[in-house]
Amino acid sequence: MTENASVPADFAESDRVAARLYTDPEIFEREMTQIFERSWVWVAHESELAQPGNFKSTYVGRQPVIVTRDRKGTLHTMLNRCRHRGASLCEKPSGKANGFTCPYHAWSYGLDGKLRGIPYPDGYEGVLEKGELSLKKLRTESYGGMVFATFDEDAESLEDFLGDAKLWIDRFMKQGGGYPIKVLGKHQFKFRGNWKIQLENTTDGYHFPIVHRSWMASVDAETADMMSFMTDPSAITHSLGNGHSVMQMVPEHSDLDVDDGTEPLQGRFDHVVAELSKTLDEAQVRKVVRAMHGTGFNLNLFPNVSMSAAFFRVLRPISVNETLIEHVAIGPDGPPELDIVNRERMRIHEHFQGPFGFGTPDDAEGWDRVQRGAHGGPDLPILVNRGLAREKASPEGWPTSHVTDETGMRAAYAQWKEMMGDD
Amino acid sequence: MTETIPVTDPRVARAVELVNREAELLDRTEYHGWEKLFTEDGIYVIPIDRDTDDFAGSLNMVYDDARMRQMRIARMTEGYALAAVDSARTVRTVSRFVPESVSDNEVVLRSAQILVAYKRGNHDLWAADLVHRIQLSPEGARIALKVVRLVNSDEAVPAAGFLL
Repeated sequence: MTENASVPADFAESDRVAARLYTDPEIFEREMTQIFERSWVWVAHESELAQPGNFKSTYVGRQPVIVTRDRKGTLHTMLNRCRHRGASLCEKPSGKANGFTCPYHAWSYGLDGKLRGIPYPDGYEGVLEKGELSLKKLRTESYGGMVFATFDEDAESLEDFLGDAKLWIDRFMKQGGGYPIKVLGKHQFKFRGNWKIQLENTTDGYHFPIVHRSWMASVDAETADMMSFMTDPSAITHSLGNGHSVMQMVPEHSDLDVDDGTEPLQGRFDHVVAELSKTLDEAQVRKVVRAMHGTGFNLNLFPNVSMSAAFFRVLRPISVNETLIEHVAIGPDGPPELDIVNRERMRIHEHFQGPFGFGTPDDAEGWDRVQRGAHGGPDLPILVNRGLAREKASPEGWPTSHVTDETGMRAAYAQWKEMMGDD
Repeated sequence: MTETIPVTDPRVARAVELVNREAELLDRTEYHGWEKLFTEDGIYVIPIDRDTDDFAGSLNMVYDDARMRQMRIARMTEGYALAAVDSARTVRTVSRFVPESVSDNEVVLRSAQILVAYKRGNHDLWAADLVHRIQLSPEGARIALKVVRLVNSDEAVPAAGFLL
C-alpha cells in the first residue's frame, strides 16, 4: 500500500472485513492520520475538569494532549509538547495548576496554551515571536458533559458529528437519578490486539452469555435475568449514523424516566434503600436505585468511546497489535447522602470491569485470540454479517436488528471505510 | 524511633511462613487451599490508589470480602472463565519482610513481591508492596487483611487470569 492510496474497497464490505485490518501496520499508520487525527475523539468528562485550573493529560490517537479548564471556564485541548525542544509539559494524569512550565528550559504556558514566559529572553531578540508559539491546540467541544477534541480545523461541529447519538447521550446521563454524573475512578488495562477488536466488542451482544458465563453465574438471579437478552425480541441494536450505534440489552431501562412503578427494585440494594430513605423521598430513592446498573444500553461512539450501561469504555490504540482500555466508573454527583450509592456502584464496577474483574479478563482473552488467529488465512474474511437479512429501518429511519446481531459493527466499519477511503 | 522488631521473633516467623505458603498456593493455582488461609471476615484488596486505606470509598482492582472471594475462586476453578482456563503461569517471590507491629494475636507484615507471569511467549513483570495483617491463634495463623499495592497500580496492567 503506497502512502496516499485509498484502502481497497473490498477491505471493508457491508458483510465482512479483511483480516489484515487487525494485523497490517501500514493500515494502522493510516488509521492514525485518517481517523484519529480527523475525527472527534473523546478526551474527558466535564466532571474531571470541574474547576478552573483543572487539567487532565491523555491522548488523541497516539499524540499526548493536556485538557484544561481555564479561568474563564473554557475547555482547551493542547498538545502536551513544549514548542521549544519538544519536551512533555505535564506528566501528571490530572490535577490543578495555574499553567504549565517546561522542566527543560522553563518556558511557561497558560491554561489556554499561550506562551507566557521565556527565561533569559535576550537570546531570542529578533528571532522569536511569543504570540506564534502557543501550544498547538485542538478544537474542543462538548455535549452532555462528554468532551471531544479534533485535529481537524474543518471538521463538522461535534453536535453534527454526534447527530442522532445525542438523544442517547441525553438518556445515558439520566442514570444520575436527577443529579449530574461524575467520574468515580477508572480501571486501565492493555491487551495484545488491534483497537477495532475492542470497538466491535461493546456492540457485540452475541458473545455475552458465552464469554461472561462465569460472571453470570456469580451475580444474583435478578441481575442475571436482567442480562438475559439473547432471545428477547425487544432487545435491539440501531445504527445511528457516522459510525455510532446503540445496543439496547435492557430496553425497559433505555429511558430511565419511563417508569410505571411496577418493576421491583433489586433486593441486593435493600440496604441502600434503607439508608437513602432517611433523607430522600421515596420517588428520589427509587430513581437513584433503579439506575444502579446504569442505563439499559451501550452507546458506541466512533472511534474511541462507548457509554456502556454504567461506565465509559475508552480505547487508545498503541500499535497495530496493542490497545489500552479505560473503564471509567461513574455515579451521581450529589450530596454526601449519595456516597452509599457511589460505593455500591464502584462494587458493581469492580465485579465485572478492570484487569481483575469477573468480565474484562475473559473479554481480553477473547480479543487476544482474535489477534492471534487473524494471522491465519490472511485471505479469509472477518464476518460481520449476523442479522443482515433481518435488519430493517426503525420508525426513526435507523437500520435496526436484534441486539445479538452485528448491526453496530457494520455501522462502525462503514464509517471506517468512509474515512480511510477519503483522500 | 521505635524499637526494631526482629524477623526472628517467633510470632513474626509464623507470619512469614504463612505468606510464603500463600505465595506458593497462588502460583500453583490452588485457590481453595488459599481461601482457607483467610479469616472469616478477611479482606483481599488490590487498590488503584496506592496511597489510600479507604478501600470502600475508592475504586479498586480487587476488593474482596469472603463472599466475593468465594465467587472469585468459583470463577477461577469451575472452567468457564476463558482467562482462568488459559491463564499465565506465574512464579513469585515475596521478600524484604519488615514487621510493622507484633502482638501475641496479630502481626502486621510488610513485604515486597516480584511476580513473573508467562503466557504465549510473553513475560509480564508485576512488582508490588504487600501488607499482611495476620491473626495468630493456637489453631493457626490466618490472614485478616492482604493489600497488594502494585508499583503501576494507577496505570494500565494486563488483564489477568491469576491472582496477586
